[in-house]
Amino acid sequence: MSDVTPIRTPAENALIAAFPAARKSLPGNAHVIALREAAFNRFEAKGLPHRRVEEWKYTDLRTALRDALPLADALNVADAAALAQSDSCLSSGDAFAELDAHRVVIVNGHFVPSLSSVNAQGVTVNDLAEALSTGAGIDALGTMAKADDSALALNAAFMQGGVVIDIAKGASVDKPIYLRFIVMGQEARAIYPRVLVTVGEGAAVTLIEAHQGGDGIAYQTNAVVEIKAGAKSHIQHIRLNAHGDAAIDLSSLGTDLGEAAEFKSMNFVMRPALARHQVFARFSGEHIKLDVSGAALLKGKQHADSTLYVDHAMPHGESRELFKHVIDDEAVGVFQGKIVVQPIAQKTDGRMMSQAILLSDDATMYNKPELEIFADDVACGHGATCGALDDDLLFYLRARGLPKPEAEALMLAAFIGEALEKIENDSVREALEAQTQAWLLARAVK
Amino acid sequence: MLEIRNLHVSIEDKKILNGLNLTVHDGEVAAIMGPNGSGKSTLSYVIAGKPDYDIHDGEILLDGENVLEMDPDARAAAGIFLAFQYPLEIPGVATMTFLKAAMQAQRKARGEEELSTAEFMKRVRDQAGHLGIPQDMLKRGLNVGFSGGEKKRMEILQMALLEPKFCILDETDSGLDIDALKVVSEGVNRLRAKDRSFLVITHYQRLLNYIVPDTVHVMAHGQVVKSGGKELALELEANGYADYKTLAA
Repeated sequence: MSDVTPIRTPAENALIAAFPAARKSLPGNAHVIALREAAFNRFEAKGLPHRRVEEWKYTDLRTALRDALPLADALNVADAAALAQSDSCLSSGDAFAELDAHRVVIVNGHFVPSLSSVNAQGVTVNDLAEALSTGAGIDALGTMAKADDSALALNAAFMQGGVVIDIAKGASVDKPIYLRFIVMGQEARAIYPRVLVTVGEGAAVTLIEAHQGGDGIAYQTNAVVEIKAGAKSHIQHIRLNAHGDAAIDLSSLGTDLGEAAEFKSMNFVMRPALARHQVFARFSGEHIKLDVSGAALLKGKQHADSTLYVDHAMPHGESRELFKHVIDDEAVGVFQGKIVVQPIAQKTDGRMMSQAILLSDDATMYNKPELEIFADDVACGHGATCGALDDDLLFYLRARGLPKPEAEALMLAAFIGEALEKIENDSVREALEAQTQAWLLARAVK
Repeated sequence: MLEIRNLHVSIEDKKILNGLNLTVHDGEVAAIMGPNGSGKSTLSYVIAGKPDYDIHDGEILLDGENVLEMDPDARAAAGIFLAFQYPLEIPGVATMTFLKAAMQAQRKARGEEELSTAEFMKRVRDQAGHLGIPQDMLKRGLNVGFSGGEKKRMEILQMALLEPKFCILDETDSGLDIDALKVVSEGVNRLRAKDRSFLVITHYQRLLNYIVPDTVHVMAHGQVVKSGGKELALELEANGYADYKTLAA
């Protein structure tokens, strides 16, 4: 069947109309401009993904993205200073307020140095917008998230700013680096942040992302984080998606893993109207350990999609995936996990599991594990479960005196807890447990 | 005092209890024996409030109050405790967390003050000590990876901490070796009190050597068909249930 080019949607037309001006105003040297143009051409050729694009089968952006929004402006110096003064604005909604961490603040897609403080041996943090203009330190940009994907293409075309983080060879970063993404303003805007992290050989770091924005504002974000994991590096990455309840959030994590690297990444979704998180992981050395997990607490008409593309391109790799969805009301959860084991990738050990608890008759979960195995000496498995809370367990807890809402909350916290257990940093895990408890409490008193 | 009057119960259109009558006085240990399928476990679930059953007629009165109108958690707060035949595993819920949640929920339901953490810990340590439950077991997920004997001990620990008025032991002896049986029985005997009564459901007389009942009731076809003293259990052990299987039919 030949490809049919559907009629362009208003959002597609607006994005196409916006690009020429954006290309001029957005930061970037000649190389970056060429990169933007190539990405934009890829987007223009394909348009927004829809349900007939297999990778986007359950998240139809053509339908969801009604219109393209103007790009958000950077904070000016005065605004940033005012923000730093008005402590309440900055501290409200910060799930990791108590965390002892190096802080990097990105407001509306732009790095705000005056609100950031990173002072750690072996760590450099630079403004991506500057790096795009000078070309310094961005050789790896776009090399880890290079799939032919419209969300990635749109970010590459419109990326406004962000940070470039370098962790030196052998550095063991003393505390987590906390990237705090804040969306501000009463007007709905489009925001395209980009982060490039290079972790040197043998280095160890915990990277935390938290995304937040105001409720009731239908802003759109499309963030890309690229992490180059050096040989024998040890990386833990935790992402909290607490965008506003009307937000549409697309996010991509691309990683290229060096020999014997250990990389753990977790995405935790709470509030946005629509969230799509995609992970592209490539095994570029042997004896790599990858652990990708996710947890989502969904209600109302929320829609959250986790899509993985794990490329076992070298032998002796291990990958673990665990995704947990709790879905209430008319919310929708999606898990798509594609694991490719290349012919050379013998002795690959892969285990993937997706579990969902549906709390209402109208809740929906789509589970789509996809294993493509071209090597013959591998151990790969996957599982998917989907169902209501176990009535017998519920009765057991109630027979001990726990009222139904408390008993359900205990069971759901335990369910999500199995994913949160993967977080090594105690205070990060406790912060996400607290978020879970708050969600469950709100449900219990509903 | 627990009184069951003319209780008729079915599940999925299958009649299980057919006008059952039973009275257990305060401080009494009543044993219920009977062949497989006579409705013993159903009786225990119905008293505790498991929602799967259709109650067609009858009453269950705890100190004069009909518990059939109450949710399972309200029954627990009112003093009913069921030690499960097959205690469930709850991965991810530490035993300690669960014990505390259960105790505080019951106290709250009764309008009592919350226990302080120190007092809670003290009670758990004392009772766990009696039952030979090591501290590290209390940190693990509830019943996860516990042996049959450990699970039953955990049930008795919960019973001891929750201090119920009316305890149901549903085949607590099943799956226990003789040593575990002794520990569990001693745990139960320690809880015997003037104002606390027990309904001990079992197939075998053996358990009743350790938990000596005041009364023994034989169930068949969803009714109590014979009641007597502890000697009735010995008689059953000698003669089997053959006489009773046809009695009520």
